[in-house]
Amino acid sequence: MIRVEDLHLHFGGIRAVDGASVNIAKGSITGLIGPNGAGKSTLFNVIAGLYRPTSGKVWLDGEDVTGLSPHALFHKGLLRTFQIAHEFASLTVRENLMMVPAEQPGEVLWDAWFKPGRVRAREAEVRARADEVIDFLEIPHVADELAGNLSGGQKKLLELGRTMMVDAKIVFLDEVGAGVNRTLLNTIGDAILRLNRERGYTFCMVEHDMDFIGRLCDPVIVMAEGKVLTVGHPAEVMKNEAVIEAYLGRGLKNRKASAMGPA
Amino acid sequence: MDVLNALVLFLNFVMIPATAYGAQLALGALGVTLIYAVLRFSNFAHGDMMAFGTMLVVLVTWGLQSLGVSLGPLPTALLALPIGILGTIVLALVTDASVYRFYRSKRSEPVIFVIASVGVMFVYNALTRFVIGTDDQRFEDGARFVVKVGDFRKWSGLDEGLAIRTSQLITVVVMILTVAFVFWFLQKTRTGKAMRAYSDNEDLALLSGISPERVVRITWILAAALAVIAGTLYGLDKSFRPFTYFQLLLPIFAAAIVGGIGHPLGAVAGGFVVAYSEVMVTYAYKGVLTYLLPEAWRPEGLVQMLGTDYKFAVSFIILVVVLLIRPTGIFRGRTI
Repeated sequence: MIRVEDLHLHFGGIRAVDGASVNIAKGSITGLIGPNGAGKSTLFNVIAGLYRPTSGKVWLDGEDVTGLSPHALFHKGLLRTFQIAHEFASLTVRENLMMVPAEQPGEVLWDAWFKPGRVRAREAEVRARADEVIDFLEIPHVADELAGNLSGGQKKLLELGRTMMVDAKIVFLDEVGAGVNRTLLNTIGDAILRLNRERGYTFCMVEHDMDFIGRLCDPVIVMAEGKVLTVGHPAEVMKNEAVIEAYLGRGLKNRKASAMGPA
Repeated sequence: MDVLNALVLFLNFVMIPATAYGAQLALGALGVTLIYAVLRFSNFAHGDMMAFGTMLVVLVTWGLQSLGVSLGPLPTALLALPIGILGTIVLALVTDASVYRFYRSKRSEPVIFVIASVGVMFVYNALTRFVIGTDDQRFEDGARFVVKVGDFRKWSGLDEGLAIRTSQLITVVVMILTVAFVFWFLQKTRTGKAMRAYSDNEDLALLSGISPERVVRITWILAAALAVIAGTLYGLDKSFRPFTYFQLLLPIFAAAIVGGIGHPLGAVAGGFVVAYSEVMVTYAYKGVLTYLLPEAWRPEGLVQMLGTDYKFAVSFIILVVVLLIRPTGIFRGRTI
């Protein structure tokens, strides 16, 4: 589905991403983890079109999408959520969701005035979908609330809901779990699993919460120092020597080794 | 009786002209605020966009007059208005495509847009003067008064007369209709909601189906239409002179900022606040006080707080005070 080929992104002398190659399979929930500064967020943002890579290619379903704008990627079916939830604060939750689908005739002046029938039909269709999403996320009680008044966790749910308004090929989740309490995290996790199993959504997520990763993701891509360290099932990956070293740091490992003393 | 006379005097020279002026400022400020909310810069060319549009209206009005077309008691300019609006929309869209789009694609800082708009202002200004010259132009026709001074005196039996000019009544009626339309458009239509969404959170809008170029285009269309309507109403009420429109920029910005820039309701409220302050501060209260005070207390001077030459100082003071005390304006600005 997504293929990243030998991607480099250098900020001055800093090699944020230094030759990463990644595959994200259709229908998977792929986790992207690594210690701070590993380049996972940068890689994520390159794929999502926020940064243009120094070199390397990104393919979406065999099509070269390197350097396309986020807006163009949205139209190709690549959606993303934000680490800090974004919302249209002065619109209601339902209106927020209804904003997502593209090419609504109501947004074209000519159609809005001269084809009211078409506008109304599409409007009803989009509204029905929004209501369905609201039910799926179990937030009907806030459907007509202004999105700006929602709690942090509810905004995260709204972020997820937004990706359900169109038939996305792949959804990138940027730390959906950050700053969310356990109960809500479980709700979000359940929603992601159901979307993946029942509707065949493909997800790629950057996440710090290891339990959350372990519950949802397979495979997990581990990054360190701008490179891909290893790819595999979360349980396997966590036992991998190189991964532990990357997370704990070489120094700590050496100290641990020396503390055991020479045999 | 004296109290009534004082009241009529006040109405005639303060309330009625200030209401008409406030309505004109409100429409101008609404255009500025929409551009600010969606494109995120203060459009200095707005005053001269008003001048350009009004010039078109004046020219078309003259054409219609020479053909003998008229609206009876209403000014012919109302008939010419749609043509002026269309022409100005074209100008605004061409400007956007040739100037602002370039800076948008480079994701330039707002200050770059502001300076670019100053350049655009000079171009519009020159264009208008080149076509119609720098002189005063009158294009008002139809019935001049709805209520005449003499008729009012006869009807009321008061010493003071009250006059309501057709242009003042039209200004207020057109302003109410236009503002109602803009609010309905922003609140109820899909396009309006898309504009509000874009204004709320541009990053998110780019990541949904909202087409940014379309939103920008519609914003210019609305702003241009509002500019021409405001300019034409002002021209009908006073007269048309390109330089006056450039000067209007200050009270218009004061109005937008007082109300909370980026907030449409604020722009309307701000327009009236600025207009009432300006007219009330520069009005000579001698006549009113003469009616109200006992004979011994009657003022000898004009009792004018500020000469009319300094009327722009009022906008300036309002602007500075608001920015110091409540920079967000009456309504919390920045989103629509």
